[in-house]
Amino acid sequence: MLLRLNGIEKTFSQQINTVSRLLLELGAKPRRVAVEINGEIIDPSLFDETPVHDRDRVEIVTFVGGG
Amino acid sequence: MSFLETLDKLDVSELRDTIHSVSEQDVAHTLSKQSFSIMDLKILISPAASFFLEEMATRAQKITLLRFGRTVKLYAPLYVSNECVNACTYCGFNMRNKIDRITLTLEEIIREADALYDYGFRHILLVSGEDKNKVPIKFLEDIARELSKKFAAISIEIYPLDTNDYKKLVTAGVTGIAIYQETYNRDVYKTLHKGPKADFNYRLLSTERAGEAGFRDMGIGALLGLTDFRVDMTCVAFHAAFLMKHFWKSQISISFPRMRTAAGGFSPPFVISDKELAQIIFALRIVLPDVDLVLSTREKAEFRDGMAGIGITRMSAGSRTNPGGYALADDTLEQFKVADSRTPAEVAVMLEQKNLEPVWKDFDRSFLFE
Amino acid sequence: MKPLVIAGRKFASRLFVGTGKYPSPEILKKSLETSGTGLVTVALRRVSFNGVDPTLAAIDFNKYLVVPNTSGAKNADEAIRLARLSRTASGLTWIKLEVTPDPVYLLPDPYETLKAAEQLVKEGFIVLPYIHADPTLARRLEDLGCAAVMPLGSPIGSARGIKTEEFLKIIIEQATVPVVVDAGLGLPSHAAQALELGADAVLVNTAIAIAKDPVKMSYAFKLAVESAEAALDAGPIQEQTKASASSPLTGFLD
Repeated sequence: MLLRLNGIEKTFSQQINTVSRLLLELGAKPRRVAVEINGEIIDPSLFDETPVHDRDRVEIVTFVGGG
Repeated sequence: MSFLETLDKLDVSELRDTIHSVSEQDVAHTLSKQSFSIMDLKILISPAASFFLEEMATRAQKITLLRFGRTVKLYAPLYVSNECVNACTYCGFNMRNKIDRITLTLEEIIREADALYDYGFRHILLVSGEDKNKVPIKFLEDIARELSKKFAAISIEIYPLDTNDYKKLVTAGVTGIAIYQETYNRDVYKTLHKGPKADFNYRLLSTERAGEAGFRDMGIGALLGLTDFRVDMTCVAFHAAFLMKHFWKSQISISFPRMRTAAGGFSPPFVISDKELAQIIFALRIVLPDVDLVLSTREKAEFRDGMAGIGITRMSAGSRTNPGGYALADDTLEQFKVADSRTPAEVAVMLEQKNLEPVWKDFDRSFLFE
Repeated sequence: MKPLVIAGRKFASRLFVGTGKYPSPEILKKSLETSGTGLVTVALRRVSFNGVDPTLAAIDFNKYLVVPNTSGAKNADEAIRLARLSRTASGLTWIKLEVTPDPVYLLPDPYETLKAAEQLVKEGFIVLPYIHADPTLARRLEDLGCAAVMPLGSPIGSARGIKTEEFLKIIIEQATVPVVVDAGLGLPSHAAQALELGADAVLVNTAIAIAKDPVKMSYAFKLAVESAEAALDAGPIQEQTKASASSPLTGFLD
């Protein structure tokens, strides 16, 4: 499965069905992240139910230090 | 919302106590500020502040220079009539005084006005006693229409009118109003006035009606000597601040008529000294930087000369306070005795010698797109 | 001084601190503690998959109000998007609105800021806009419903102190919401100066983060802010206009 993740193309050997699964696969904690799929922001309470499809544009952002 | 509500909420005795308990340290602290609010007036008008006169004068001069430059505007009063239905204890025109009563005709007024025009005046103040039959609105409209041919600014100092009548006068060419509450102390006011002028509220709200009618220039004041001048002048200041806020298109001015003995022998209960009057003027200039402060020819030459440019921004000159005094008769009774009898030209020269600029005209109707 | 209340929330400290550019998460954590602050800002960036960014762990979301900024946004749409992402990630509606298309001076774009503010306020955000010290712009943003205004002292990271004093004074005089001076403060005295001018709070990042000893500098800024507060409460005298004794104005009254 191919995803355009944070601007980079990434291939996954396994099928990734949900956002939660994706985060798990990436080692990113679901807490304090925001996920956008194809420009739409995903409600965190729906991470378990929201599907991820082949060739989706996914943005995962979190907080970093800033002024 | 009117100033009446503000005034009624004011606790006058508390105000008096506050003013009289201000310490010199309070004054020093206040004078060290860079900018002032109306609340600072209580400090600056206090007895304690009298020890800081020179410093107050310096601040007043600086503020006057910043807001008004070096200008001093000149105007002349034109007494139209000394007829009056009121019996005000302190006034020479008191209806009970047996004096020759006269109301000028339109032609006579024009001759008086021409004399003033020749002196250089372009701002005239029409004054009359209160008599709606002798000096009705229609007459005032006629006078205004005539005089506005030559005078850029015409103010009236007459009895209170309602808004519609003020509007008529504005249409006829009147640009300003002067109406003094005499005292803001209701109890004292009651003892002094008999006749229509006894209506304290109606008089107080005149400037608001005039503001609504579109008067460009509105003057208020208290007759100094009737009561505790520090309290009265604080009320005047609050009144000025109120008018400035609600009638932002109008220029507000404050005058300082200081009581002298009038015909009929009224002696002022309080006598205000030159230093006290100077202190009032400095204090007002400091807390109300944009208000015109006016000294008339009631005050002697030395005092006027000293105050010009360090707070005072408007003066009358060469005044005659009796109807016809400029061109016609000279023995009718004056409303008050003029203490500075210099000619307008002499006053202008004095101002120039002080590096001040006499201004005869600061407005022209051609500025309005009509 | 009047207590500092923004959007109904009271802050005991008038020093707000940014969390960028620190040498390490440990130093960031200690600096924040030493500062005594109650509000810190963070930025929003793409998650790195090369390792966990430990910065976030250094910030205690329970101790401080963490306000994300929209840094990186070059226009209103980007800022709005970042704000929405922030809200999703943190659950909080506070946002420091920063729209800086100019990469050299990072000066805020007034038009895009206004556009974004209008939309974000509508969406229920508590908006703290970063702006140039433009009094008219500040009024417009207040009218739109922003919870505070954050005018700059000088360009971000420049450490030049307060170069906008005249206009800060006007903003402070006219403001109906708290004024937080943000950007360009380089020394504790700058922070004190901002408060002495009448600002309600200051936001400092670079001056602390890039100091040789950020923890100590954080302490210094804390002291400066507290010192200014104490001075204002003490009723300071101001510049004196000396009366000229040589030719007294009131001689004529004697």
